[in-house]
Amino acid sequence: MKLKELRSIMQDIEPFDEPKVELEQYPTGPEIASRMLFTIDSVYDEFAGRMVVDLGCGTGMLGIGAALLGSSHVIGVDIDSDALETAQANLDSFEDIQMDFLQCSISDLDRQPRLRADTVIMNPPFGTRRKGADVDFLRAAFRVSRGSVYSLHKTSTRSHLHRVAQKELSAASAEVIAQLRYDLPASYAFHRERSKDIEVDLWRFEVPPSR
Amino acid sequence: MKLLTHNMLSCHIKGVQNGFPFKIEPVKVEQIDADYDPDFLRHIYPRLEWKALCEAAATMGAPGLPEEVTEEMLQDDDFLRSFHHALLELVLEEGSLVCPETGRQFPVHKGVPNLLLNEDEN
Repeated sequence: MKLKELRSIMQDIEPFDEPKVELEQYPTGPEIASRMLFTIDSVYDEFAGRMVVDLGCGTGMLGIGAALLGSSHVIGVDIDSDALETAQANLDSFEDIQMDFLQCSISDLDRQPRLRADTVIMNPPFGTRRKGADVDFLRAAFRVSRGSVYSLHKTSTRSHLHRVAQKELSAASAEVIAQLRYDLPASYAFHRERSKDIEVDLWRFEVPPSR
Repeated sequence: MKLLTHNMLSCHIKGVQNGFPFKIEPVKVEQIDADYDPDFLRHIYPRLEWKALCEAAATMGAPGLPEEVTEEMLQDDDFLRSFHHALLELVLEEGSLVCPETGRQFPVHKGVPNLLLNEDEN
């Protein structure tokens, strides 16, 4: 699938009705989502025929994209039932693709040893509201994935994430594969500016082998 | 929820030792068509608990999966199609997942299992 085509499909996916600030529910916009998905598919070929988990799937943007790009089974995990309802409605607007959803806390995944995917994709909280939320997601992603993890993080946290990936998580590799601009619409009342660009890294991690 | 997802879930209440597999109490099961991909079936097979899949499929109205699977069967189209159907085409829309150890029920509503724990379970 071409990038343009993917972006135009992603544009029809509905954002959060009422985003919840404590969960940092920023929508993954169609622009950034399509670039992320396109790169994973065209450069690394890590969707087709694979089992994929979308952690903190929100309205389902990334998971739906993975299914569109040929993943054999996709599970979206989120703690929030409102987000999952929107995600299900978004999924239902496509005819031939399927995806499963689970309502579950990311912090409980350490007690789900059988839940394993070939590829984990996520747009986690940036950890601006609750410090460390971004790294909590990364830990969970390393538990769930048997292969690779693709994740979006603020560019300002790059060196910190590098350390976490190498020292704590023993990543086989940790690489920023693209730098993107996250056009964050003013979702919440405390956002004074109408819209703000945030610099974001698309990371690709490989989990340590032989687990 | 498809049975592939079911096969990957355990009861994660703190202290539970044998939380796998969840017993399925179906209220509404749907059958949907999924793309048949023998390579994916062979890819995912080693990660499955076969017995749990057989029992879950029977509960969902598709009995008859063989008890044992051999290498030859993983090349056999008839077998692979019944495997595919059980794994990816049976969807639990409404019902519950019951922890085999504690009997705790987790509801499945509109296809989505709710695995959130109460505070005293964590």
